[in-house]
Amino acid sequence: MNPYYAGILLGLVLLSAMYFSGRGLGASGGLKYAVVAAVGAIDKTHVQESSYYSQYFVNGESPLKNWLFLEVLGMVLGGFISGAFSGRLKFKIEKSPNISNKTRLLFAFLGGVFFVYGAQLARGCTSGAALSGMAVFSVAGFVTMISIFGSAYMFAWFFRKLWI
Amino acid sequence: MGPLSIISSLPEWVNLLIGFIIGIGFGFALEQAGFSSSRKLAGMFYGYDTTVLKVFFTAAIVALVGSQFLSFFGLLDLSLVYVNPYFIGASIVGGVIMGAGFVMGGFCPGTGISALSIGKIDALFFLFGGLVGAFLFAETYPIVEKFAISGFKGPMKVDDWMGVSPGVFTFILIVAAVILFWIAELAEKKFNRPEITSDI
Repeated sequence: MNPYYAGILLGLVLLSAMYFSGRGLGASGGLKYAVVAAVGAIDKTHVQESSYYSQYFVNGESPLKNWLFLEVLGMVLGGFISGAFSGRLKFKIEKSPNISNKTRLLFAFLGGVFFVYGAQLARGCTSGAALSGMAVFSVAGFVTMISIFGSAYMFAWFFRKLWI
Repeated sequence: MGPLSIISSLPEWVNLLIGFIIGIGFGFALEQAGFSSSRKLAGMFYGYDTTVLKVFFTAAIVALVGSQFLSFFGLLDLSLVYVNPYFIGASIVGGVIMGAGFVMGGFCPGTGISALSIGKIDALFFLFGGLVGAFLFAETYPIVEKFAISGFKGPMKVDDWMGVSPGVFTFILIVAAVILFWIAELAEKKFNRPEITSDI
């Protein structure tokens, strides 16, 4: 799809979230709730002793019974429908021909660790902090957006072999 | 009058269902934008593909303008819409860590989910890393807590901070976006990598 049309579509989805639920979109938060729920299921005492985990168990309900977690589940279905619609469903490791599958998967894993750690610190990722924040004039949204992209340009030279 | 779930006090399950349906739209829009491809996303940082910038700014402006119109016509109470709180250090340092992750992994969490949904194995590894990242944050929280909550400024708004009206700020942002789109189109010509863009 033309990027500007896709942007309009994405903007309308974000506007719907604001109109229906009074909030923006998110992605990293969904991963956080999955981790919190898993740790809660494995080690109850650890969760009760931790000031971080315990805040997600105050009302006695599962951390998965959450707007953001259901939104992330919906994302998987929405992406699948779009991929089916455009004929892009395929198991594949996407990478530059100059690197091995192993290198690609290792850096994909490390990238995930860094990205979501940073997103927890900044209280949102590109979706929840940068995009949704900008749409409500949040200073945090603009600052996070500039930090993410500024930093990615700063580090791009070091990781160029992965991509070009 | 919106936000519907707050003003009409909808039952929780209805709001969760709305979340699921909005997620379908979100996943669909990201995949249609081409964000299920890490090499396309990474193009943003090497200049050969600037789709990220175009989609991101167009979406932010549509939501910004749309919400102000809804508010103007009395259809949306913007004071009830969540505004992200600003913690100076955490926003900046968190953003810098995210940027490093972006250029290593080629995804952000949302685009990683989009890529996973069409079968990208590298996205599966990225998201598995993401779960580990969330776990590491939870376990190291006692160490980073002091920093994470320092410099708290509340739900600070950029138009207030600049001392301009929301309309004026929106206008400035649209002008800035048009300039950025123009630069992006020039960059795609200057740094073009036909062997990559024909492949993704």
